[in-house]
Amino acid sequence: MYKTEVRGALITGDKDFKQISTDIIQHMEGKPPLWWYIALGIALIAASVGMWAIFTTVAVGLGTWGVNNSVAWGWEIINFVWWIGIGHAGTAFSIFLLILRQKWRTSINRAAEAMTVFAVICAAIFPALHMGRVWLAFYIIPYPNTRGPLWVNFNSPLFWDFIAISSYLLISASFWYLGMLPDFATIRDRAKSKMKKAIYGLLAMGWDGSTKNWLRFESLAFVLGGIAAVLVVSVHSIVSTDFAVGVEPGWHATIFPPYFVVGAIFSGFAMVMTLMILIRKLYKLGDYVTDSHLTAIAKILTFISLIMGTAYLTEVFVAWYSGSPYEMHTFFKTRIFGPYAFEFWAMFICNAVIPQLFWFKKIRSKIWWMFVISLFINVGMWYERYNIVVTTLAQDFLPSNWTTYHPTSVEIGIYVGTLGIFSIGVLLFFRYVPMIAISEVKTVLRLGKKTKAH
Amino acid sequence: MENKYWRSVDELQNGKPIDSELEEINHKEDVLHLSEKQINTPASRRDFLKFMGFSVTAASLAAACERPVTKAIPYLIKPEEIIPGKSSYYASTYMEGSDYCSILVKVRDGRPIKIEGNELSTFTKGGTSARVQASVLSLYDSARLQTPTHLGKQISWEQLDKEIIAKIQEIQTAGGATTLVTPTIYSPSTRAAIDALIKSFPSVKHIVYEPISISALVQANKQSFGISAIPDYRFQDADLIVGFNADFLGTWIAPINYATRYMDKRRLTEGQKTMSRHIQFETTMTITGSKADKRQPIRASDEKIILAALYGKLSEKLGKAISGVPESPVKIDFLAEELFAAQGKSLVLSGSNELECQILVNAINLLLGNIGETIDFAHSVNLKKNDDAEFAQLMEQLNSGKPQGVIIFHANPVYDSPVGAKFLESIQKAALTVGIYDRLNETSAALQYLCATNHYLESWNDAEPTTGLYSLAQPTIQPIFDTRHFQESLLRWAGNTQAYYDFIRATWLTKLYPKSDSEASFETFWNKALQDGVLEIAEKDELKFAYNPKIAEEVIPKIKAEKNDSLEIHFFESIAIGSGSQSNNPWLQELPDPISKMTWENYAAVSPKLAKEKGWQNGTVISINRKINVPVVIQPGQNYDSISVSYGYGHSNMGKVADGIGVNVFPLQSVDGTSVLNFVTITNYAPTGEVVKLAQTQEHNSMEGRPIARESSLEEYLKNPSSGNELHEEFEKKHLTLYDDPQFDGYQWGMSVDLNSCIGCGACIIGCQSENNIPVVGKKQVTNRRIMHWLRIDRYYSENPDNPKVFHQPVMCQHCSQAPCENVCPVSATNHSNEGLNQMAYNRCIGTKYCINNCPYKVRRFNWFRYVTNKAFSYNMNEDLGRMVLNPDVTVRERGVVEKCSFCVQRIQDKKLNAKLENRPLRDGELQTACMQACPTKAIRFGNLKDPKSEVSILKKDARNYHLLEDLHTLPSVGYLTIIRNDKEESKS
Repeated sequence: MYKTEVRGALITGDKDFKQISTDIIQHMEGKPPLWWYIALGIALIAASVGMWAIFTTVAVGLGTWGVNNSVAWGWEIINFVWWIGIGHAGTAFSIFLLILRQKWRTSINRAAEAMTVFAVICAAIFPALHMGRVWLAFYIIPYPNTRGPLWVNFNSPLFWDFIAISSYLLISASFWYLGMLPDFATIRDRAKSKMKKAIYGLLAMGWDGSTKNWLRFESLAFVLGGIAAVLVVSVHSIVSTDFAVGVEPGWHATIFPPYFVVGAIFSGFAMVMTLMILIRKLYKLGDYVTDSHLTAIAKILTFISLIMGTAYLTEVFVAWYSGSPYEMHTFFKTRIFGPYAFEFWAMFICNAVIPQLFWFKKIRSKIWWMFVISLFINVGMWYERYNIVVTTLAQDFLPSNWTTYHPTSVEIGIYVGTLGIFSIGVLLFFRYVPMIAISEVKTVLRLGKKTKAH
Repeated sequence: MENKYWRSVDELQNGKPIDSELEEINHKEDVLHLSEKQINTPASRRDFLKFMGFSVTAASLAAACERPVTKAIPYLIKPEEIIPGKSSYYASTYMEGSDYCSILVKVRDGRPIKIEGNELSTFTKGGTSARVQASVLSLYDSARLQTPTHLGKQISWEQLDKEIIAKIQEIQTAGGATTLVTPTIYSPSTRAAIDALIKSFPSVKHIVYEPISISALVQANKQSFGISAIPDYRFQDADLIVGFNADFLGTWIAPINYATRYMDKRRLTEGQKTMSRHIQFETTMTITGSKADKRQPIRASDEKIILAALYGKLSEKLGKAISGVPESPVKIDFLAEELFAAQGKSLVLSGSNELECQILVNAINLLLGNIGETIDFAHSVNLKKNDDAEFAQLMEQLNSGKPQGVIIFHANPVYDSPVGAKFLESIQKAALTVGIYDRLNETSAALQYLCATNHYLESWNDAEPTTGLYSLAQPTIQPIFDTRHFQESLLRWAGNTQAYYDFIRATWLTKLYPKSDSEASFETFWNKALQDGVLEIAEKDELKFAYNPKIAEEVIPKIKAEKNDSLEIHFFESIAIGSGSQSNNPWLQELPDPISKMTWENYAAVSPKLAKEKGWQNGTVISINRKINVPVVIQPGQNYDSISVSYGYGHSNMGKVADGIGVNVFPLQSVDGTSVLNFVTITNYAPTGEVVKLAQTQEHNSMEGRPIARESSLEEYLKNPSSGNELHEEFEKKHLTLYDDPQFDGYQWGMSVDLNSCIGCGACIIGCQSENNIPVVGKKQVTNRRIMHWLRIDRYYSENPDNPKVFHQPVMCQHCSQAPCENVCPVSATNHSNEGLNQMAYNRCIGTKYCINNCPYKVRRFNWFRYVTNKAFSYNMNEDLGRMVLNPDVTVRERGVVEKCSFCVQRIQDKKLNAKLENRPLRDGELQTACMQACPTKAIRFGNLKDPKSEVSILKKDARNYHLLEDLHTLPSVGYLTIIRNDKEESKS
């Protein structure tokens, strides 16, 4: 079996195969704990607020938002990019670590993938809603139609976006679901009620644990992983072209695709960290999500944070080096020292400075430190998108158009709603799907060797 | 179940058909529909099947989400002039109070929908103003008076005439008088009608009342020259124009006329190489001041001191030094020098209503020999001739105890007189009070009889704005309501049963026809005049000058240069709202002030220095003299110790648009003798603690050093025509592209905007709004920066904030050949035509707004709400009546789509079709966009860039031409010409 000398044990607590199955599945078998109900209640309330906001938007119009003739994109695009970023981690996590044969991913990849799917769903709400006429959203689908036929504009980044996001959602959902087949079979086999047996049986798609099954499962994972790996890079690159293809100062930059991909992985990993710490605490799965897992994530975050800092500084440098008065204004007079200095520095400090605390072993081995820093990163990444979307539009080429933008309760409501939808998804995932990939985690178990109690 | 067809709103509301013929048609058509009786009869099997068939079809149609189909009914007997879908143009005359403009009215399917300038008029030369453009909307205002009333109850015209005649008679017998209060009457036939009434009732007196009075000007002319008239100011002959608080480009007397002639002398196209020089002394920044080559902020009350000092200095230079001249609070040595050098070629003007000021201005002009050169009394202007004393007399008369009658036409003294409240009290005592109005107002509420009068677009009328220049107004629609010409009311009371049309014809036959050298019959003469809208007769006023050269010396000792540190409040007329008579017009309310860019309310313009000292910011509400609370707008160029507030707001009985917005400052005015003065000392002021958000369409005033509106001085320009525009050549050289040059078929539409000619007046904005069905969004949405105007005028300041240089720059869609908006639209809703138009397919737009973001000019507008038939936007588009103004050639946009300037593509299409039918290419200049048509100074030109001889092509090659943000390589079809200021080195301070 697999041994890791550098990283320490990936599963602690003297487990055997049965124990692992029980440890993980027991949470789906008994009654959910009280906090689960409370959390679900809060999430439902948040989602209802979102539904109200969505209804208002569609029924009354985009005028219920704070966007205007100059800043025509606001929170909805910020949140779209933010969620898509978070939705990166799961797949990135599974795929890159799968390809790199990093076995420590096994305890984490399932939850990360689930997170991806929910985050991408949340993200997809925004571009749909921000359309003035959402009921005609199907115009963006290229298919032979009776309207001419009229084709979409293949030059438009928004069209690329639509293709990228929908394929990404499809692939990550497939990857996640197909990865769960052996586990669904395990649940089916353990299930006591007929109903549960039937449902999980259906979900398991007739998995019987045969070698043939395993063989195909493995190759499918690699094929999907291969496709998804490309998508992880492409989807956020394409999202970045929404800005990079534009002429606006602060948008029109070639650094955007890599900068966005790295940023997305950054926020995604931070969200994974947040979530894994919660799982570990709430479900007492410390034996599976060990300190060494979290430390590994922390180390990656530290590294990505350095890339982010470099990217920010590169952007600023290029703005200065370009000699373009518009670029310089956006970076120096709007962002760094201007009316949006708070947002700029919030971004810079949260993303490029705070994660550097992980250089200290004391900090990267303290769970609460990690938890807090992971939240900071997500706040920072939100501000990054705020910087890009709002500050550029608020003060662009002609000063006569300059204005400010403030979100309304409806926009905030939609954001709260997506947080609710995401939480509902995660909570249901905790309850009805094995949150750690049972079959995969078993592959990293060191049998017959006692480990120190943690 | 009965379908109701109607041809006019009148018919719809009163239910009475227009004529029996129509009734018959209706009846015949009714036969086709099921009558009540048929429905109530017991259903047979056939009926059952019929109804079932109908219901199934209806249900399936409804289920398919089909929109209701509204069918238009073709004419049975088609009127000869009306071709459905074709517009007719009728020459007419805009007369609103003393605002005058010769116009063409575009009538489409029987409805006037757009006002254009009449190029045959030598007075307005095809120019218009924002108020003229917007006036068509006032026709379709549901707040108009719809019937004659007595004490609020409807009354028939016959009854009303009978009662009023009886009362006038009664008053006359009792030894009282009936006073007819009107604005300045410059219509010969109206004057004749008034004379007819006076002839029948000698007790009737006619007085002229103007809310914003310049009676001192007329009085001063009488005292200085013995002529009570307003002369013709010949801006085109003046090398040096000096204005003192006279906003002659925006609001003073005949601004359209002045603007056209002022610009004729300053336009640097077509080989012209000289410009007049303009120096403006003013209290608040006006568009006139903004175009001045040198501007000096002054206190309104200091004006007479400055003028006296200037007179002293000039006399000294001319070797006739006088003593006792006060010291001027501002530097005027340079002015005296320049004026001295431009004797007989200069023009000094004052907008003050202080007699001393006007007398001194007359004296200065006389001293400089300008009378007869740049000031022409032989062609006097008739537009604003009132005497403040007359109204004061009326007040006395009303309180004299004798029975009095008052007939008020158009004027609204309860609202706009400084003694409005007293007038309201006095008028209650009168035995007869009659209002002849087209709409309700504060005064009408207090009157016994209201005679609903026609809107000018429903009226016959004539006008003589200046000696020898006549114009006719003709109705372009049947009266929508039960209204009657003002003049017809007068004629009826005078016992004359003639229609006003016949009365005008009679006046013209007897008075004008003999004067004209027309050899044709009267009928031909009349038809020609009616078709042209204008008639010029070579006549001159007979002049009997009675100079009083000593009058200035008499006045000067009375002027004390007292040091006065207290703040002063100064009132001014805003471009859009003016005296407030058109306040219920939402287009005008939403027109951004050319200078402050404020909409929907008036405000206190405060100088940056004063605001800083007091700690006020934009939106701080201050109370002044414990009478008004107004928000502060920090106004660069405002005089330091004056606060300026505009007239025309704070209505209480004008309609839902006007009521309750802003404050009424008319009652704050002071009265000096009888003259109403537009400034008063502030005795008390304090912030109320409230800070409001302003409905401003531009918040940032600096160009941030970017080459947006480019300028140069005349001196530099003469040396190097591309001075100030050096960047253009540099950018042109750097343009490199991987792509092929854009190709166009036949035409490439282009526009040229001469920033030097643009005065920022906003006529183009309203012209565009009227042409393109642009919705009004209201104060809140303007505050949210969501105004819908397709054309905006950016205004920038540079240099010293206490007295800045001002730049006006109209910005519409630039129709870029490499348009950034086009390639980002995911559904190709915006794309490029083969004639160079950047076009919007509203039906295709899904509203991602990416194009808005990617437009560097930010000219695209999004329909944030549904602006049509939406109670939340209760302006003209929410009423059947108000929607009658919509242009059927332009789509009314749905919520959620992006819209923008189309270069008036409907006009392009129309003119192209015409040319095609006539089998000829389009002529240059034949095609005018709405903005170009509206412009009084010809700053906007439009045409085919592919034709090297077209005006736009020639202007594009001008050394002053550049493109906005040309460094972005968007290749705009709109070019701008640099501003050239006639700066003089020595006068720079």
